[in-house]
Amino acid sequence: MNATAIVAAQMPVPDPNWVLPSRGRVAMFCLIAAESAIFTIFVVAYLFYVGKNPVGPQPKDVLDAPIFYSICLLSSSLTIHQAVKALRTGRSRNFGAWWLATIVLGATFMFGTFTEWHRLIYRDGLTISTNLFGTTYYSLVGLHGFHVVVGLLCLVTVMTFTLLGKVSQEHADRVDVLSLYWHFVDTVWVAVFTVVYILGR
Amino acid sequence: MSTDAIAWPSSESLSPPFVDRLHEWITTVDHKRLGIMYIVYALIFLVIGGIEATVMRIQLIRPLNDFVSPQVFNRMFTMHGTTMIFFVAMPLVFGFANYLLPLMLGARDMAFPRLNAFSFWLTAFGGLLLYFSVLGANGLYGAGNAPDVGWFAYAPLTSLAFSTGHSTDFWTLSLLVSGFGSIGTGVNIVATIISMRCPGMTLGKMPLFAWLNLVMGAMVLVVVSPLTAAQIMLMIDRYLGGHFFDTQAGGSAVIWMHFFWIFGHPEVYILVIPAFAVISEVVPVFSRKTMFGYPVMVGATVAIGFLSMSVWAHHMFTVGMSQMGNTFFVITTMAISVPTGIKIFNWLATMWGGKIIFKTPMLFAIGFLFQFLIAGLTGIMLAAAPWDWQLTASYFVVAHFHYVIVGAIIFALFGAFYYWYPKMSGKMYNETLGQWHFWLFLIGFHLTFDFMHIPGLLGMPRRIYTYEPGRGWEGWNLIVTIGVVFQALGVLVFIYNLLWSYFRGEAAGNDPWDAWTLEWSTSSPPPAYNFATMPTVRSRRPLWDLKHPEDPDWKYE
Repeated sequence: MNATAIVAAQMPVPDPNWVLPSRGRVAMFCLIAAESAIFTIFVVAYLFYVGKNPVGPQPKDVLDAPIFYSICLLSSSLTIHQAVKALRTGRSRNFGAWWLATIVLGATFMFGTFTEWHRLIYRDGLTISTNLFGTTYYSLVGLHGFHVVVGLLCLVTVMTFTLLGKVSQEHADRVDVLSLYWHFVDTVWVAVFTVVYILGR
Repeated sequence: MSTDAIAWPSSESLSPPFVDRLHEWITTVDHKRLGIMYIVYALIFLVIGGIEATVMRIQLIRPLNDFVSPQVFNRMFTMHGTTMIFFVAMPLVFGFANYLLPLMLGARDMAFPRLNAFSFWLTAFGGLLLYFSVLGANGLYGAGNAPDVGWFAYAPLTSLAFSTGHSTDFWTLSLLVSGFGSIGTGVNIVATIISMRCPGMTLGKMPLFAWLNLVMGAMVLVVVSPLTAAQIMLMIDRYLGGHFFDTQAGGSAVIWMHFFWIFGHPEVYILVIPAFAVISEVVPVFSRKTMFGYPVMVGATVAIGFLSMSVWAHHMFTVGMSQMGNTFFVITTMAISVPTGIKIFNWLATMWGGKIIFKTPMLFAIGFLFQFLIAGLTGIMLAAAPWDWQLTASYFVVAHFHYVIVGAIIFALFGAFYYWYPKMSGKMYNETLGQWHFWLFLIGFHLTFDFMHIPGLLGMPRRIYTYEPGRGWEGWNLIVTIGVVFQALGVLVFIYNLLWSYFRGEAAGNDPWDAWTLEWSTSSPPPAYNFATMPTVRSRRPLWDLKHPEDPDWKYE
């Protein structure tokens, strides 16, 4: 026997109850921590510049709180939660329905952002380079919108596999990790909404 | 038939052609290969960054020198700082973490091998992007090539009006890309340490190396991200006409300083905590004692991690913050010396009464202890706001932070090279050359950075490309430049030693240091699968337990 084999032979037997946290969940929480730091910097910049915008248009003149679209996005957290719960208990059809509802709600929210930006650009003449408000507004809302779009792409990918019949109960943990990201994106919207549409006006 | 069967083994025993081996390395997701790639990549950039430093020192060797133009001098200090932090220190730290963590934790690989490879290549291309600026930044503007805005790139220097051409864009993109790589590595390190430990290795039984890298990984997540956010803002300003840092349109130059230093100061701890991790492995093994105060060490590291995020504005005392702000940042900065002091006493207490073996890794560890203490002391001096008002942006500050980065971090990492070289290469390094490296580098380091404090105290500002005679700075600058010669010789001996030992060194065996952590239980270099059977541990020193079954550690922990 060589030295390694002796060493191996002397090792105590592995503990059968040795379970560590899922690496997918840990990694997603890490990513969320990193993303939170990025959003924090953009939120701080937004708050720092509130009320310091030298030339119009000013936030109070052009911004309307998108209440309906915000409700859509926030309720998509509930639907994705239901979807994961359905998949965990093996109800694949329910999973597909709730998952599709989540995509629809997310897409509705992005449509809301699209109409808002279209109005701001073509009616109010506000672009990212117009003034300080435009720069901070489009950056913060755009950064969040970018994250929603990335989330939607992931959701659509899972939906495609679901329609092909490739998603089943054993994938519940992976889908759950994706739902963590989606919950995070929704939570960030609460902060962005507060900063842009309540404090910022 | 039978002749074919005999012919096969001989053709297999030939090493595969160069292209195949290159392909294997480029497509690898193995943590050991990626670790080595990080390290080799960092060494190449270490030489480049060193050459840039040498150019600056030659320029400053005497008053009114004209070795390089002021423009080139600006590019040199910008590229030197950016290269050394982002493309030498960070990849070295990540490289050792990558190589060692799975081996120390008894795992097959990192938690996400493909993410690991992706992060490496992002970092690699980030560095190439920075240096591509030498060719690509000129554009049609004729506006100079390499970035010249300083490594912290204060606004409004980076605005389109003051930085024409694309040099600043290359700088921004390069840090953005390598920043994503760093965040990926941070995710991987944390997930590996939390989720990949072998049976029995509870958090309290991990090697200190793993604990300290866990803190480092977590800090990367929340500290590199603000830099990424700031770089996105800078790109919005430069490309989309935004006004974040545009003072003409109501933007603020000071907020860039805040955003940069929220990253910039904790970054020092991201680099020095892995250096602590190395020292916490080397000192016990070469003192033949267990680490003194393991739980306190962990607690102090976590405390440093949190405190380091509340000290950034001590880089900005001269900006004119409120008295409240100044006081806050003075107190937090001084408070951080408590956990760092605890660590120094822990290492000293580990050595106290031990049977110290003065091999090269231990020499570098002792150099680290001494120099890190002095770096901390000048740090406390600079933490006092009135002292900082006097000496900010002088050579005193340059000497202080090089004492941290070279005297502490690079010394510890050199120690890490010698300590783990036998494991990584399977060959023993040449001890005589190792000692030459240590003494040459030590003498060079002290000649350069001890004496650099003095022109700073005499009022010499950093970043000036030349100075007039008669200010009392000439002699000191001459000594500082002479020190560079010794440092360069030391690094040459080091690289020669690495290469010579790889081809001519003696076989090292599995465990040349009679050490106690799991990486020494497998062969040198380790096989692709790391461990033939999954190890299990019952104490912080699993190999001690194996070697001393009559007196194992787990009876006492």
